[in-house]
Amino acid sequence: MISVNRSGEVWVFAEQEDGSVHDVALELCGKARELADRLGVRMGVVLAGWNVRELSYRFIGHGADRVYLVEDRRLEHYQTQPYARTVCTLIEKHKPQIVLFGATALGRDLAPRCASQMRCGLTADCTDLDIADVPDPAAKTTHKSLLLQIRPAFGGNIIATIINPERWPQMATVREGVMPLREPNLQRKGEIVAEKVAFEEQDFAVRLIERHREPRKVNLKGARTIVAGGGGVGSKANFKLIHDLAGAIGGAVGASRAAVDGGFIDKAHQVGQTGTTVRPALYIACGISGAIQHRAGMEESAKIVAVNWDKEAPIFGVAHYGIVGDLNQVIPMMVKAIKERPKE
Amino acid sequence: MPYHSIVCIKQVPDTANVTAEAMKADGTVNRAALPAIFNPDDLRALEIALTVRDRHGGTVTALTMGPPMAAAALRECLYRGADRAILLTDRRAAASDTLATSYILSQAIKTIGNYDFVFCGRQAIDGDTAQVGPQCAEKLGIPQVTYLEQLVELRDRTARIRRNVGNGWELVEVRLPVLVTVLDTAAEPRPPAARRVMKYKRARVRAELEAAVKAESEAAAGGKPLPADQLDAEVERRAERLRCAGLMMEQWNLDDIRADLAWCGLSGSPTKVHRVQAIVLTKSGYTEIPATEEGVRRLIRELVVDHTLG
Ligand SMILES: Cc1cc2nc3c(=O)[nH]c(=O)nc-3n(C[C@H](O)[C@H](O)[C@H](O)COP(=O)(O)OP(=O)(O)OC[C@H]3O[C@@H](n4cnc5c(N)ncnc54)[C@H](O)[C@@H]3O)c2cc1C
Repeated sequence: MISVNRSGEVWVFAEQEDGSVHDVALELCGKARELADRLGVRMGVVLAGWNVRELSYRFIGHGADRVYLVEDRRLEHYQTQPYARTVCTLIEKHKPQIVLFGATALGRDLAPRCASQMRCGLTADCTDLDIADVPDPAAKTTHKSLLLQIRPAFGGNIIATIINPERWPQMATVREGVMPLREPNLQRKGEIVAEKVAFEEQDFAVRLIERHREPRKVNLKGARTIVAGGGGVGSKANFKLIHDLAGAIGGAVGASRAAVDGGFIDKAHQVGQTGTTVRPALYIACGISGAIQHRAGMEESAKIVAVNWDKEAPIFGVAHYGIVGDLNQVIPMMVKAIKERPKE
Repeated sequence: MPYHSIVCIKQVPDTANVTAEAMKADGTVNRAALPAIFNPDDLRALEIALTVRDRHGGTVTALTMGPPMAAAALRECLYRGADRAILLTDRRAAASDTLATSYILSQAIKTIGNYDFVFCGRQAIDGDTAQVGPQCAEKLGIPQVTYLEQLVELRDRTARIRRNVGNGWELVEVRLPVLVTVLDTAAEPRPPAARRVMKYKRARVRAELEAAVKAESEAAAGGKPLPADQLDAEVERRAERLRCAGLMMEQWNLDDIRADLAWCGLSGSPTKVHRVQAIVLTKSGYTEIPATEEGVRRLIRELVVDHTLG
């Protein structure tokens, strides 16, 4: 546990594997940059591994003022305890006020171990983060500039806002694809701070014998938002519209069978009876008629937005929001509105 | 070589099947109206522990922290083959977040002592945090192996575990003791054994006996309760009978596990719930958005406000 330190930095744990940076770490950098600016403090990244110095510049491009670099041959592959010791050693030394991790398999293994060691709070799977003053009526004070950690709870039936007023750092994991991945600024300057961590024998109690990685597959099931295109998109070239909208939201790309059969996109993206069944928080169907076989795979989505120029299309029967219009005009408007969206 | 396992289990409201009846007028979920079930991942954790015991010998102890009604989940463990069941229940543990919960569980595990494995489900469906397992491991000062898909080999107090990390798998080797979190794909849980159900359906924790004796005496006396010492004597009489039959499940409180109260319950929980908003579950009708810049902007604003978009 560290004491409340209002000049502390906002940190992101840099998840990487075999020298390749996980998107969620870069997404978090964008958010952390925004939070740090609002707090008027620096943004830092903890980068641990072996031969990973080059990656520092990517984090700097995505907003880091400082990259705390810990290189050790024994950190080549992720293991819980040495990585937890690395993060905790640096937290104790630099006293950041916020530490963010991706809510990935790795992040959800590492963050609780660190939080337990620091005896601080940890909120899992946040879908949004914000800064606000929070009055504490019992103590007749106001906690200045706390991190609001917003997450679905109770099987997604409620949205809870969690705070961590006293025992810092304020820690949270954030789901993949929730925060938009911003364009890097390659001109940005930042500092690389090389750090040393003293490991102990017992940190290496778990030995990696063998590992097997599958190429990153389309992760429709795990996606919180999906933008799906159908036959109405018209061509493979025009399917770029769907990718653009998904990119702006930070969502996955889905498709109807007509789009797959038309060769606009790979079969792995198909939603429906003979594709994947999905239940995202938001499903945006563009140029999809809404045949029963398609609906079977998506109608349990929490929010459905449909864009179709035929107002009789059955997709509107399951949609919460419908836009009757030409997707070629509506999608660019949506991309623009998302980029300029107000913060709550 | 025998191995001793402790399995941490949790009784949870069935959040996957929230029905309209479980919704209150203000749109929030009425937890009490949801059926309580055995957390699915924990059932797999129990199965792995039972398999280890069946193959190598040793014991399986089921541990749960919760209100007295969680004793039902412990009986489920006994039906399936657990050797011992412990309920940790204490009002002072209420409102514990994951950090306080892991502290309390780790104290209970230390009190049980002499273990090779602590098995937990990967996560509980009422919170989905997956934090308590790793936090417990840290508090116990032992290694953790998360996302067990298969216990590949167990020999000379060394385990080889295949863990599924989403985009692939890893085979790791670890010397015991270790805390392992188990995926729901790891094993098909065995059904309750009929003979054990016959035997253990009468198993009780003390709090259940107390509630039963109190209710019976009130019913008999037409609402007038018996004096406390008579009630206690009756509870003790029933407890003794169950103990003789091997049907008395253990019930511990925070003093029994020497817990430091500063780390328990509300005071031990660094995270506080600041605000809760209900999500309206019924399809909230249909809104047509005009295909204009202003219409689209309004739609995006709505999705941001209800946190559909970050
Ligand atoms: C056994 C079986 C299994 C199947 N499994 C699946 C499955 O898993 N998934 C699946 O998706 N389908 C499945 N299908 C196919 C399904 O029946 C439909 O044929 C398919 O979903 C149609 O896709 P679509 O709506 O994208 O295309 P179309 O039927 O071609 O519809 C295109 C829609 O786009 C609209 N549109 C066109 N241009 C524009 C524009 N410029 N702007 C806005 N709107 C426009 C049109 O109004 C129309 O509604 C299955 C069928 C069978 C028989």
